[in-house]
Amino acid sequence: MANNESAVKPIGGPPSDVEHIKLESNYLRGALVETLSNPITGSLPEDDNRLLKFHGSYMQDDRDLRSERERSKLEPAFQFMLRVVAPGGVATPAQWLVMDELAHKYGNGTLRLTTRQAFQMHGVLKWNLKKTIKTINDTLMTTLAACGDVNRNVMSGPNPYQSEVHAEVYEWARRISDHLSPRTPAYHEIWLDGEKVVDSKEGVEVEPIYGPVYLPRKFKIGLAVPPSNDVDVFSQDLGLIAILEDGKLAGFNISVGGGMGMTHGDTNTYPQLGRVIGFCRLEQVIDLAEKTVTIQRDYGNRSVRKNARFKYTIDRHGLEWFTGELQHRLGWALEPARSYHFDHNGDRYGWVKGVNGKWNLTLYIQSGRIQDTENSKLMTGLREIALIHGGNFRLTPNQNLIIANVSSVKKRKVMELAQQYGLTDGAHHSALRRSSMSCVALPTCGLAMAEAERYLPHLLDKLEPIINEAGLRDEEIIIRMTGCPNGCARPALGEISFIGKAPGRYNMYLGAGFTGDRLNKLYKENIDEKEILETLEPIIHRYAKERQSGEHFGDFVIRSGYVKAVTSGLNFHD
Amino acid sequence: MLQLQVTNSPFNEEQVELLNRLLPTLTQTQQIWLGGYISAMTLQGAAAVSAAAPAVFTAPSASTAAAGGTVEPAISREVTVLFGSQTGNCQRLASSLSGKLKEQGFEITVSAMNSFKPNTLKKVENLLILVSTHGEGEPPDNARSFHEFLNSKRAPRLEHLRFSVLALGDTSYEFFCQTGKDFDQKLEELGGQRLSPRVDCDLDYDEQVAAWMEQVITALNGAGSAPAIAEEAVLAAEHAESLQSAYSRNNPFQAEVLENLNLNGRGSDRETRHLELSLAGSNITFEPGDALGVYPENHPRLVDEIIAAMGWNSDERVPLNKKGEEGTLREALLRHYEITVLTKPLLEQAAKLSSAAGLHELLLPDRAPQLKEYIQGRDLLDLIQDFSPWDVPARSFVTILRKLPARLYSIASSYKANPEEVHFTVRAVRYESHGRERYGVCSVHCAERVQPGDTLPIYIQNNPNFKLPANPDVPVIMIGPGTGVAPFRSFLEEREEQGAAGKTWLFYGDRHFVTDFLYQTDWQRMLKDGVLTKLDVAFSRDTEEKVYVQHRLLEHSRELYAWLQEGAHIYVCGDEKHMAHDVHSALISVIQEEGGLSPEAAAAYLDNLQQEQRYQRDVY
Repeated sequence: MANNESAVKPIGGPPSDVEHIKLESNYLRGALVETLSNPITGSLPEDDNRLLKFHGSYMQDDRDLRSERERSKLEPAFQFMLRVVAPGGVATPAQWLVMDELAHKYGNGTLRLTTRQAFQMHGVLKWNLKKTIKTINDTLMTTLAACGDVNRNVMSGPNPYQSEVHAEVYEWARRISDHLSPRTPAYHEIWLDGEKVVDSKEGVEVEPIYGPVYLPRKFKIGLAVPPSNDVDVFSQDLGLIAILEDGKLAGFNISVGGGMGMTHGDTNTYPQLGRVIGFCRLEQVIDLAEKTVTIQRDYGNRSVRKNARFKYTIDRHGLEWFTGELQHRLGWALEPARSYHFDHNGDRYGWVKGVNGKWNLTLYIQSGRIQDTENSKLMTGLREIALIHGGNFRLTPNQNLIIANVSSVKKRKVMELAQQYGLTDGAHHSALRRSSMSCVALPTCGLAMAEAERYLPHLLDKLEPIINEAGLRDEEIIIRMTGCPNGCARPALGEISFIGKAPGRYNMYLGAGFTGDRLNKLYKENIDEKEILETLEPIIHRYAKERQSGEHFGDFVIRSGYVKAVTSGLNFHD
Repeated sequence: MLQLQVTNSPFNEEQVELLNRLLPTLTQTQQIWLGGYISAMTLQGAAAVSAAAPAVFTAPSASTAAAGGTVEPAISREVTVLFGSQTGNCQRLASSLSGKLKEQGFEITVSAMNSFKPNTLKKVENLLILVSTHGEGEPPDNARSFHEFLNSKRAPRLEHLRFSVLALGDTSYEFFCQTGKDFDQKLEELGGQRLSPRVDCDLDYDEQVAAWMEQVITALNGAGSAPAIAEEAVLAAEHAESLQSAYSRNNPFQAEVLENLNLNGRGSDRETRHLELSLAGSNITFEPGDALGVYPENHPRLVDEIIAAMGWNSDERVPLNKKGEEGTLREALLRHYEITVLTKPLLEQAAKLSSAAGLHELLLPDRAPQLKEYIQGRDLLDLIQDFSPWDVPARSFVTILRKLPARLYSIASSYKANPEEVHFTVRAVRYESHGRERYGVCSVHCAERVQPGDTLPIYIQNNPNFKLPANPDVPVIMIGPGTGVAPFRSFLEEREEQGAAGKTWLFYGDRHFVTDFLYQTDWQRMLKDGVLTKLDVAFSRDTEEKVYVQHRLLEHSRELYAWLQEGAHIYVCGDEKHMAHDVHSALISVIQEEGGLSPEAAAAYLDNLQQEQRYQRDVY
């Protein structure tokens, strides 16, 4: 391996601005204590905002109000998004109630379930951040490392059927999450009134895994339990596929180098799918995750942030190099990958009984937004359920929610509450809508170029008559929309996807695999709603008429020649 | 490309041959570069020609230059670089361009467009614009206000300006580089000359950007500043012509409204208007601390209800004033008579026109408290309705009404900073009383019925008792919650123009930080630029315990007292009833505490400050 080491050098180039900020931040402290208390502005300076991400929060502003406030000589309506880490999306009823209360007290009165099974709260003012974070911490959750150049919320399939396996896989997700959590005392000092810890004791590294500049970019880990690929395991930097033998968890197949984000117009950026490099035993998993992270830490591009994700490191040096380097660092080799099979990546709605005899209700949550509207008192209903629920909640990777582990005794009561408050398993919606996903986008996300969460439901209203006419109401077609190409709703894995380019205009992509095993491809650029509908209508009708038995929409558009199959992110732009 | 020939070009045979040999070999970048190079040479040539003929300039500065023996005009090395950037590309490029120019010895001012004060544009000689385009041809957020300004009627003529525009865009959009094109065209329309042609860049912009920068630098190195001398001459001439204004309270100036906006953010329970008026052609000037008199109009609904209640005819001719001018009844009640306030004399006069027993009773000598109670919060419509029936012709009735008075507002701008403009701040007053919505006459007129392009009759009311210290080095403490902050905008703008060295400290308060922080971005800019040294704020409804400016004074007592000992002047503006009293008490507490004085001695200290005109108030 010595040869290997000398042959491959980390990429050169001057470190990016963010690298300097991290280095000078003294393990994520920066000037946050001071700038958080500056009463003249509701914002933070750019440097501290960069650091704040590591603490789980993004500064945003209500973009709907930006122009009118500028005219009114008011600064933008600055507010903060708080993301709460929930490995595997599991939360207790007590935690749910705290999130609900905080959303009303300090947030905008809604909660957002993310595509990575985390909670998001929007609209928190700077002065309320500390109180909010402290309360979250008091309920044994954290915002630390929910954003930033570190390992993010670890995903794991909340599959309610295989309750035993779920419990075991979830436990691994939690352990990986804990192991890769930053160790800096800055979080305690800033948010929890912790004592200022004297750092940098001689020779002792504060961050044994990350070091003082953390990772070059965010790092994502997800654990899938076949046959469900709900976590989109190949979209993860590091994906773990549970291998069950004789009904028992034997270990994981390891997939590396996936990721969704790209930049419009820059073909050096692209979505990529992870590739399976072998099998790892359970007791080896933590070590494997740590060493994978350290390889990215040492070899990731720290000069150009948009080429800094692990997928580019892998593609630059090759899988062979990576497995060699990994083996070198681990001191052992992966076993050959074992066989597995994925059926789908969506959720299975409604009531199901787990093998443990407990009941689970998967609710359809439009775009993951928990709020009360005229039509449904979703937020109130879930609060009422949390008050009587003895099991837990599970946020799904498709932004839905499972009321999990309901005893037979409580099932009736949960059903009644669900009915009373208009909570739904989505049965009355088309399968297309039930298979839809969108990011937050406008008005709070600073990156959005177009609407997503606020628009996708309206687009679906217009697509559903076409789907119905074609007789495809019960056909699951994965449809995803994001307001920018950074990929929060994993748009490169939609059989139909839209990525925002400008208000009301989207790039349309077609042809991803139904099980999350193939990227989609650009079909039309910069089109508006009219063109979207005009383009999709004939394709949908043709699909209805000409599809082969069991053929999914994404496969059909490739067979029919609408788009070429993408076999690797490297030919995504071809 | 067109083949050059002697017949289709101004070149001779030898030149044509040389050009035809050269041109086809040029890359696009080289062509762009050459184009710019030649335009720059042409400009340089033109400047030299102008300078060689000083007779063109008759104004003093030009002849001074000639007298000094300089034949060549001074080349301006000052360059302003403005960027409009959404994702940071233009900002980065602007910073890189600035670096290059500095290396070449230019003096660079680089700024985001929304941080640049548009009223200083007139002084800029060399302007480089880097701007991207968004969505359907929209400017980036931080370019929006400057874009609007240049497209407004307030955009100045820019004959002395040389400029060049770098436009970033994406050819997959319909309105490619639209914002850059807008700026380029507008600056030309305003009289600016291009240093080098605009360059429109696609996503892959590096080469084009480099070529543009080279052209710009070449042009700057070549271009002189002769027209700037012409500009100075024009300014000097204008100054000599300035006359005393003929307008006054009795002869108000009809000032055109340039801007009328709400300073409160959406969701606020308050509405505070910021109005900018043009003084062009009036010769009106003013000092910071002066007030603006505004003649309002009554609410048309109230006028119509009164006319209906009396059974009058809107078009009836009635006297408008004691001078005997006449107009329609509606006109008279809208603009000439006060109808929102009841007074004892008015009721007495009205009683003479009425047989209503109730009205006569109310005026009996022993009913004074009832009369006072009745007058409170009622208007002419109440009087008419409460004591009907009436049988009085409008002609007679209006003569008992008072003339509609002007309202005074603290001026919120510095004349030096915004020549030929006056800004003021007015909070819309709306409340319910005796079962009916009531409106502040002038404030609601400004809030609801005054649009840019309309005029308002105005005059200046001097206020010599609310003036900045003559010495610009003296520290200034300003306490102005709510609309009381208005004059301090004027103070600080003035100090900025003066380049005053004295420290400044502003105390501001209102209900909510998010929606009620009047002029927030102005203060933020002034803090950043050092014009404002300190700013302390108190938002009373954001916390469980209500906090007001006086609490902030007490919190900072030590430093406040130190400023006083250094000779600081204190100014208080705003609500008289509560705020001014609380602030006064707080100041006494501060002096007592920090100066180790008795309450009486502290009060005397403050009285003394007042005597020395170091403690001035404009409260209402």
